[in-house]
Amino acid sequence: MEIDDPRPLPEPALLQTPPPTGVRPTSFAQPDLPLTDPSVLSAPTMLQVERLNLFYGDKQALSDVNLKVARNSVMAFIGPSGCGKSTLLRCLNRMNDLIDDVRIEGRVLLGNTDIYAPGTDVIALRKRAGMVFQKSNPFPKSIFENVAYGLRIQGQGDRVVLEEAVERSLKGAGLWEEVKDRLKDSAQGLSGGQQQRLCIARALAVRPEIILMDEPCSALDPIATARVEELILELKREFTIVIVTHNMQQAARVSDHTAFFWMGKLIETGLTEKMFTNPGHRMTEDYITGRFG
Amino acid sequence: MSRLAERFRQGGIFVWFSGTLLAFCLAMILSLVGFIVAKGMGYFWPSPLVQVQTPDGPVLGEITGHEPARSEETEKIQFRVGNRDIYGQDFRWIPSAGLGAPEYPKDALLIERLEYGPFIGRIVSLSHDGQQVSSGPTALAEAFSHLPEANRLRRRIQSIEKGQVGDLNRRIEKLRLTRKKLEARGNQAGLQTLDAQVAELQIAYDQLQTGLEQIRTEAKAWTLNLQTADGQVKDWPLGAVVRMVPANTMGPLDKLGVYLSRLWEFVADDPRESNTEGGIFPAIFGTVMMVLVMSVLVVPLGVITALYLREYAKQGWLVRAVRVAVNNLAGVPSIVFGVFGLGFFVYGLGGSIDKLFFADSLPTPTYGTGGILWASLTLALLTVPVVVVATEEALGAVARSQREASLAMGATKWQTLWNVVLPSATPGILTGLILAIARGAGEVAPLMLTGVVKLAPAMPLDGTFPFFHLDRKFMHLGFHIYDVGFQSPNSEAAKPMVFMASFLLLLVVVVLNLFALNLRRKLRERLGGSTF
Repeated sequence: MEIDDPRPLPEPALLQTPPPTGVRPTSFAQPDLPLTDPSVLSAPTMLQVERLNLFYGDKQALSDVNLKVARNSVMAFIGPSGCGKSTLLRCLNRMNDLIDDVRIEGRVLLGNTDIYAPGTDVIALRKRAGMVFQKSNPFPKSIFENVAYGLRIQGQGDRVVLEEAVERSLKGAGLWEEVKDRLKDSAQGLSGGQQQRLCIARALAVRPEIILMDEPCSALDPIATARVEELILELKREFTIVIVTHNMQQAARVSDHTAFFWMGKLIETGLTEKMFTNPGHRMTEDYITGRFG
Repeated sequence: MSRLAERFRQGGIFVWFSGTLLAFCLAMILSLVGFIVAKGMGYFWPSPLVQVQTPDGPVLGEITGHEPARSEETEKIQFRVGNRDIYGQDFRWIPSAGLGAPEYPKDALLIERLEYGPFIGRIVSLSHDGQQVSSGPTALAEAFSHLPEANRLRRRIQSIEKGQVGDLNRRIEKLRLTRKKLEARGNQAGLQTLDAQVAELQIAYDQLQTGLEQIRTEAKAWTLNLQTADGQVKDWPLGAVVRMVPANTMGPLDKLGVYLSRLWEFVADDPRESNTEGGIFPAIFGTVMMVLVMSVLVVPLGVITALYLREYAKQGWLVRAVRVAVNNLAGVPSIVFGVFGLGFFVYGLGGSIDKLFFADSLPTPTYGTGGILWASLTLALLTVPVVVVATEEALGAVARSQREASLAMGATKWQTLWNVVLPSATPGILTGLILAIARGAGEVAPLMLTGVVKLAPAMPLDGTFPFFHLDRKFMHLGFHIYDVGFQSPNSEAAKPMVFMASFLLLLVVVVLNLFALNLRRKLRERLGGSTF
């Protein structure tokens, strides 16, 4: 199936208007509606999640999530363990399909395609949404073959095209200078940080529209982490990035917008700067300041 | 007491216990191999020729056995006296009481012959075309100098018979089949050209036979005039002599030479005298060939089965039942597989193939009789559970993150399996193959029903098109051991061959396994140490 959906643009999302500023819910009672900063709503939208509910069997893991991700921005998902942020990330390229007994309601729009519409080509969708995992997982192949993998499975066999794409992607991931002389070596000989940037290069090679990162730095040392963070800021110019992180400082450093989740609910989303300095919800503040989570 | 309890608690006793058991197992394996090697390898060393005086006359031979006195029996010594054509048997038991002092006559000679086993006695003279050329000690020296030439002629005769004559026979047989077809169609013109071709071949055949006859006469020209220890005379053509061993006058180096040449003959030559002499090369070759064909068949069969069971089938009671059934297949006695192979592969599949593609040569079966393909297929079936289980384990051990990485790149499930999962699982699959080889190489029972023969006229791989003959019957070391040791008319003489063949079978299994192990090691290195 063709990726570009000929259907007309969907209706604007049924997003709730944010509560008036200055009025902050003070209790721990779960808010009925997430707090959404107007700045998020006004930016050009890349990704839009509408009333998403997800169940693992009988257990509800995500309830009524509404979210927008602006084009060429970095959106960080934060929240305590088990709050559903990774689950939501995996909804965005339908990786949850691989798990038995999962039920998903609601809509996810990538560009103007509803990726959960019946008849959606999941394979084509995943080419549009690259993913970087918590633990670097290069294939047991050479560095070159790792980066070329996405193109190879699309049937690209032209050596020149592959070489060009591999160089471009490795440069994009800031790894070219380090590995250009040993592209034939096994990827497993690289250091942890290099492996993670290789995984980013691998995702870049197929020119996705959005890059989903699931705690990409949690297994890296501070220096490697800093390099990946720099990379994220550079990649933002070309791609839209959604990153799940447990590291508040990281979220503050790299993201433009932040979404805070708790117990499968989106509590608050808005400009990172505002979220970290003047959160709209008491729970957000408590989590960011380390009082729980 | 408390110290013992303390050691018991810390497990030191169990370390000792398990260590002792391991040592015990190792000792058993080593003694098995040592026993086989000692029994087999000594056989080729030239033993001295001993002459003793008995009441019935002199006896000359190698001492091969000894039986101590029992209540009624006296002490006895076993001699290998050879000369089966004269005495009727190779071995003789002689009571040791009343024997004179053993002598080691310098002129005693052991001659390995193409027929009737060894001759043991003396050389009287050497003749050429009936004319005596030399006699006494010089005859031996002269015979030695002419032996290589005689052996060369014999090899030439053999190679012509096997190569050119066999080739002509095959072509004539092919023409006969075409003729049958043409006759059925009534094609007169075709028949005429065919007859011309046959006549041409016939001429070539006759020419070859004349040439062969010439060489044969030439080979027969030199004759040894021999005499046994008790004075019986025998003429023997030099062309039918394999080797002459004057054991009593040889130094250790000469003996080593004979030893090595006998060992080489054993490993590299065809068998003679209903397998009790000569070499076992066809059996070694057949074993290796069969194991290789089996490996080629069993790996795809097992891997595809495991792939479906593990990756595609919906896990439920049916898959569990199939898995149990596959595992139980490993416990089915191998002879049952042999019966299945004979009934299904040989008669069923082979018979149908013959009807469809080789109808011309019926009633002579082509694939409808035992052959290396059917034997290998039967063994593949026998060993497939091992590969299935090992592959399933290996597939399960491939990290989930690898699959996810591939799927998230937009790969389909099949692309992920083919490009990421299977390469990572290859070392595990090879583990299965190693186990399958170990099991398959030693199986004999199913092969006896599906294609192994005592003596195969031609090898499954040779120089005639299409080079690889899957329909041919073959020889196998395991069956060879059984045949030589227990089905042979001269089993006493074949006893050392049993041990040597056993040793070689062990060696073949070890070498094949080392090959697979090495392959696995290389793959593991390429994949990095983290994989299964």
